[in-house]
Amino acid sequence: MSSIKIELRKEDVDKINEICDSFNNEPLELINILHKTQEHFGYLPAEVQEAIASRLNISTARVYGVVTFYSFFTMTPKGKHPISICMGTACYVRGAEKVLDEFKKELSIQVGQTTPDGKFSLSSLRCVGACGLAPVVLVGEKTYGRVAPDDVQAILKEYE
Amino acid sequence: MSKFRMHLLVCGGTGCRASESNLIVESLRRELEEKGLGNEVQVIMTGCFGFCEKGPVVKVMPDNTFYVQVKPEDAALIVAEHVIKGRPVQRLLYVDPRSKEHISDSKHMGFYRKQLRIALRNCGFINPENIDEYIARDGYAALGKCLSELSPSEVIDTIKKSGLRGRGGAGFPTGLKWDIASKNQAGQKYVVCNADEGDPGAFMDRSVLEGDPHSVLEAMAICGYSIGATKGLIYIRAEYPLAIQRLKVAIAQAREYGLLGNSIFGTGFSFDIDLRYGAGAFVCGEETALIHSMEGMRGEPTNKPPFPAESGFMGKPTNVNNVETYASIPVIINKGWEWFSSIGTEKSKGTKVFALAGKINNVGLIEVPMGTTLREIIFEIGGGIKNGKKFKAVQTGGPSGGCLTEKHLDIPIDFDNLVAAGSMMGSGGMIVMDEDDCMVSIAKYFLEFTVEESCGKCAPCRIGNKRIHELLEHITKGNGTMADLDRLKNMSYVIKDTALCGLGQTSPNPVLSTMTNFWDEYIAHVTEKRCPAGSCRDLMKYSIDVDKCVGCTACARGCPVNAISGERKGPHFIDQDKCINCGACFEKCKFGAVLIN
Repeated sequence: MSSIKIELRKEDVDKINEICDSFNNEPLELINILHKTQEHFGYLPAEVQEAIASRLNISTARVYGVVTFYSFFTMTPKGKHPISICMGTACYVRGAEKVLDEFKKELSIQVGQTTPDGKFSLSSLRCVGACGLAPVVLVGEKTYGRVAPDDVQAILKEYE
Repeated sequence: MSKFRMHLLVCGGTGCRASESNLIVESLRRELEEKGLGNEVQVIMTGCFGFCEKGPVVKVMPDNTFYVQVKPEDAALIVAEHVIKGRPVQRLLYVDPRSKEHISDSKHMGFYRKQLRIALRNCGFINPENIDEYIARDGYAALGKCLSELSPSEVIDTIKKSGLRGRGGAGFPTGLKWDIASKNQAGQKYVVCNADEGDPGAFMDRSVLEGDPHSVLEAMAICGYSIGATKGLIYIRAEYPLAIQRLKVAIAQAREYGLLGNSIFGTGFSFDIDLRYGAGAFVCGEETALIHSMEGMRGEPTNKPPFPAESGFMGKPTNVNNVETYASIPVIINKGWEWFSSIGTEKSKGTKVFALAGKINNVGLIEVPMGTTLREIIFEIGGGIKNGKKFKAVQTGGPSGGCLTEKHLDIPIDFDNLVAAGSMMGSGGMIVMDEDDCMVSIAKYFLEFTVEESCGKCAPCRIGNKRIHELLEHITKGNGTMADLDRLKNMSYVIKDTALCGLGQTSPNPVLSTMTNFWDEYIAHVTEKRCPAGSCRDLMKYSIDVDKCVGCTACARGCPVNAISGERKGPHFIDQDKCINCGACFEKCKFGAVLIN
């Protein structure tokens, strides 16, 4: 399932069970359970999915199927400063692809990856609804509008 | 309730918040406190005003002064000049680009003049987190009228006669949908609101939920009453945290006021609403996929029939409508179907919200009567094309829609006319493109989206779209042949005819419509290996005009592969064997000496 292997501690398992219990261990609530779990762990590694499956008494395959279906769920940890480049149509026609290329070049990572030091991760998303500011880049909670490829270095500097 | 002599309304839409409108609220409040005006003047963060291009927006009521591009540091000036001395701050007023006049009332701005706001009626007027403000603007009056004066079938009849059609994309008549759900007998039925807005470049549902959440709650209760359901569910994207928070506040307030819950208005009719979260899957906008997702499964669509109105959530009859559709319901009940059906075209009644974006001067959220032309929207409301460039195309309907051109500008827009022109209404994204946009690349962009978002259940969509995308990739790299164009067209029709759900059936539309309207561009890519818009990187050749080159070395320093040589203050040259066509030299050159061929 994933190359990352982690050892779940007892308190991790307790936390997962607590989340599942709060939804009455109801498989119908799987997506809500995954949201809460990802909020806590930051991502959903295979071991966490196995623990959820056993608590809800459903197959790990079903949990894995849901996790990989939805782009909001991730099986790799995000960087300390997750960077998202909006690739909605409005941002695309105003040059978002060039901005994305610049981030890839500066950080030497691809979309969906995290820098080796765990500082930045790169993702693209579809429309944040700030089309007036296109192209838009999000770093954590902060929004940068009308970003040009030349601005990329300065943005990254802010987080050094 | 305390009374204030003046209100400062600050836009809390996504775009304005991204430009720090929350800091404007803080600064205004601090200034007012310091001047001892905290009890006289109230600062409210409202929903989206729509004029995103000129955001952040601050509106002063009752003076009706509309300030644009306000910065947090302007707060002191607004308080000192406008609030205390009653003089509008000229510098922050909108300047008409043609007449150069300062305009203070939004009614007189080109952007608002042709708009008619029905679904967005309260956005930017009320505090979305205060139910009293919604009630003050006739909120929940429609629910009261339905429960006390109208029978469920009379309500359905009103909606039917109004001619309202689903705003989510397909345009199915809403009254008919309700009628079918009401006739299916079951112990439990469900009312679902589809707030899984996934079109890239469309944000109207988000704006309604953030700016006027009660209108959706009220409409869902009305729907519940008319189809015989007591439970409502809102399926909302987890990516919309502010909308989720405002919905939660609104639901809690409505319950407290007895407008949701047991025996509403003491009539014995009970209705309550819960939230369900999406997790980022475009296909979940399709109603059967949405229902599976709400059941905790992969959001894969299933064949229709059975329609959700017969067998939906948990196998029970379920009515699914989109946010904008619900937001129009209370007004129709209040003002009557005759009023609503007098607006619009013969088969499409009322108004439609569009998210206007791309290469246009006034990016924003607009609502216009059906039948308004693209020309009016793009050149009057939208203020024309950015940087004086030439209009080339407008893309409507998102990944399911198509590109319309110059010759379509005067078609009155409604559901049927857009389909006849080879596009569709979709949820209302409208992206304007200029002469620099390559239409083959645009088609490729949308196919990339579809390939990523295809759920993989049916072969035509899973495999076919992937193949189409590969062909487009091939063509934009200069490797396409005329036979590829035939293949592209054939495969598009096969996918349209055979895919399982709406996503697959419409996914080739961007390809087909660009092939119909911009056939020349496809031919140029294939036969001449040339991109007429100058946007396909692999088809471009850069060279330096030795007469214009001053030898500043900016291009050579910017070249990532050291392909440029030349002495300082002497002409430079590009080694075509080394060049990777990145365009860095073109962007660095301040003298226009780098040429694109």
